[in-house]
Amino acid sequence: MSASILVRVQRADIDIGVELSRLEALGGGGVASFAGVVRGEGGMEALELEHHPRLTEVTMERIAGEAAERWPLLGITLIHRHGRLLPGERIVLVAAAARHRGAALEATTFLIDWLKTKAPFWKKEYFPGGRSRWVEARMEDDVAADRWGQRG
Amino acid sequence: MTIDLLYFAGIREAIGCDGESVSPPEGVRTIADLVDWLAARGGGYSEALADRGRIRAAIGDRFADLGSDISGAAEIALFPPVTGG
Repeated sequence: MSASILVRVQRADIDIGVELSRLEALGGGGVASFAGVVRGEGGMEALELEHHPRLTEVTMERIAGEAAERWPLLGITLIHRHGRLLPGERIVLVAAAARHRGAALEATTFLIDWLKTKAPFWKKEYFPGGRSRWVEARMEDDVAADRWGQRG
Repeated sequence: MTIDLLYFAGIREAIGCDGESVSPPEGVRTIADLVDWLAARGGGYSEALADRGRIRAAIGDRFADLGSDISGAAEIALFPPVTGG
């Protein structure tokens, strides 16, 4: 089975309805998805997302390809935003379609775990008064990604 | 040999530019050698590259380790651990 893969890095908002409709139309019985939203903790005013355009896209395609090898998927969608985002805005959408829910749900968890730890994006947080800081990588994210093994 | 370097996130800010073309001497064979050679320039370079454990790299569109051979590389990116998603 070859999954229909859509990978995109964009500045614009993500239209979740449109993206999930594409997966629903592939003929499977289950579409699972994860949407990441910018948190406004600690008075953070904005988040700036930097990426390495070519490496990011290639890495996202590899991650999607790895999921397609591990689960019998009909479709995969990976969309990540870049640029300046405000609290409450969507930052990432990961979704998978399969004949049955198990593969779609598991693949979705795998996709966001690997995306967070392998795709070259960097977040910078901006606070009132011009203060800013780069977000540090989290050990918990590495642990979540490692439980899927290191293949691919 | 000329290599196009790309810097991202905190490394880009500390060095003060998003990339440059460099011609490292012959002894520079791995990413670690390249990092040592750049850090020896001092200033923003030594600050950006001080913590070797927090340096990640890619040669072209493949991720690389500090020990990766850079012979023949046309483009190398240096960046901190990723924080997307």
